[in-house]
Amino acid sequence: MAKSHKPVVWFPFAAGGTVIAFCMPVIVLLTLLAALGHAPAGLDYQNMHVFARSGLGKLIIFGVVALSLWSSAHRLRCTCYDFGLRADTLAATVLYAAAIFGSIASAVFLARI
Amino acid sequence: MSRKPLVRECPPTTWYFRQPRYMRYMSREITSIFVGAYCVLLVVGLQRLADGPTAWEGFLLALQSPASIVFQILALVAAVYHAATWFNATQKAMPIQIGEGFVPGNLISGAHYAAWAVLSLIVLILAGVF
Amino acid sequence: MKERTVQLEVLRYNPDTDTEAHFQRYEVVCQEEWVVLDALNKVKADIDPTLNYRWSCHMAVCGSCGMMINGEPKLSCHAFLRDYEGVIRVEPLAHFPVERDLVTAPDDFMEKLKRVKPYIIPKEKKPISEGEYKQTPAQLMKFRQYSMCINCMLCYAACPQYGLTPSFIGPAALTLAHRYNQDSRDGGRAERQEVVATHEGVWECTFVGACSEVCPAHVDPASALQQMKITSSLDWIVEHLIPGGKSARDTVSREDAGDIS
Repeated sequence: MAKSHKPVVWFPFAAGGTVIAFCMPVIVLLTLLAALGHAPAGLDYQNMHVFARSGLGKLIIFGVVALSLWSSAHRLRCTCYDFGLRADTLAATVLYAAAIFGSIASAVFLARI
Repeated sequence: MSRKPLVRECPPTTWYFRQPRYMRYMSREITSIFVGAYCVLLVVGLQRLADGPTAWEGFLLALQSPASIVFQILALVAAVYHAATWFNATQKAMPIQIGEGFVPGNLISGAHYAAWAVLSLIVLILAGVF
Repeated sequence: MKERTVQLEVLRYNPDTDTEAHFQRYEVVCQEEWVVLDALNKVKADIDPTLNYRWSCHMAVCGSCGMMINGEPKLSCHAFLRDYEGVIRVEPLAHFPVERDLVTAPDDFMEKLKRVKPYIIPKEKKPISEGEYKQTPAQLMKFRQYSMCINCMLCYAACPQYGLTPSFIGPAALTLAHRYNQDSRDGGRAERQEVVATHEGVWECTFVGACSEVCPAHVDPASALQQMKITSSLDWIVEHLIPGGKSARDTVSREDAGDIS
């Protein structure tokens, strides 16, 4: 039995899980408010644009999105196994690839702002 | 007397129905579906933001559909449940020993909840909710 | 002392005559303060001497009497009749093959216990003439909780990952590795990592936490495994991302370690 390379996927999962725990509830609350027609001033184009244009803003947004995507992908991979889907390599490939693709996409969009 | 052990199979697709604690575990794990889907929504939002004010306004408007409202509520429940289970778990992963004693686990988790509340409040204030 | 008639539904399996298990119902008059083990003992004494089950201390320290009681892994000496209503279903501990009736075959567990090298691999070997290894109370507290395991295997019965993937080394064995890793006298962490940091080691665990919930000795194996995930991840970073990095905190050479049998 060789030592596993699981830390490669687990460490970002742990970091992402922490990010989701601290940041996601309030972010979802903001979009929920927008969904209910009460979008706060911070979500209007001007303010969002200024935030996403700044270096710090880009870093925060990318960090939150990329780590959350990865963490969700990893957890979903384990959940597939728990649900009886034994094709773990397939699930891992599809889900991690989706997370990486989503992260690259957000980087590209952020670069355009 | 011969040995002929009987093997009882663990049903791979329905084992979690056997105990309430397994159902709670699966509920925690399933939050990843909603959080993951929500992240996809965020990526789409980033694209709209990059496309300019009209696209962004359209994004905010699209959020107001009934399906979106239902999804946002589910995503919020999922995010909160993830956060609560995550903070409760941190005390297990990071025991803090002081001399012969340990910092009470609830204090460690409590500190996380407190930080979460403060951070969320700051974000809400910066977003102009208050 | 009040009496209470209890109905037990007990799994029976005779390897000499059966190909499948079946349930047998027993009605037994008990004292209300009894535990399930007392009821089983009464069945064996007065009703059915062919019933087989393990037990010893009757006080939740030996770890012999683990069973599934109404689907929950429990020590039968620790399951009070007053907490149950109606028919009580008694089955052998889950996730282990059934030898006979309520007796399981714990071979897999025993093998895994040995695999994690559950003994002190001294950081500095010193001859007896130099005296004992000294340890402060604080150093003891670092691992004491994890040394309380009574090897009852309730955690293995509770762990769904062990049920789904039997090659998983499992909560108790891995926690025992952690117990020795945390011991100030020990220098064998790197050696144990060869077992702990594998796919069958901590990485099979998804922190369901059932193990800690059912543990009668309050060992909290889930916490031990999560701590080892973190140290294993830090090890990986040191070993793979830092040039010349070696994660071993021990100073024991393989030769020295091999001296200890």
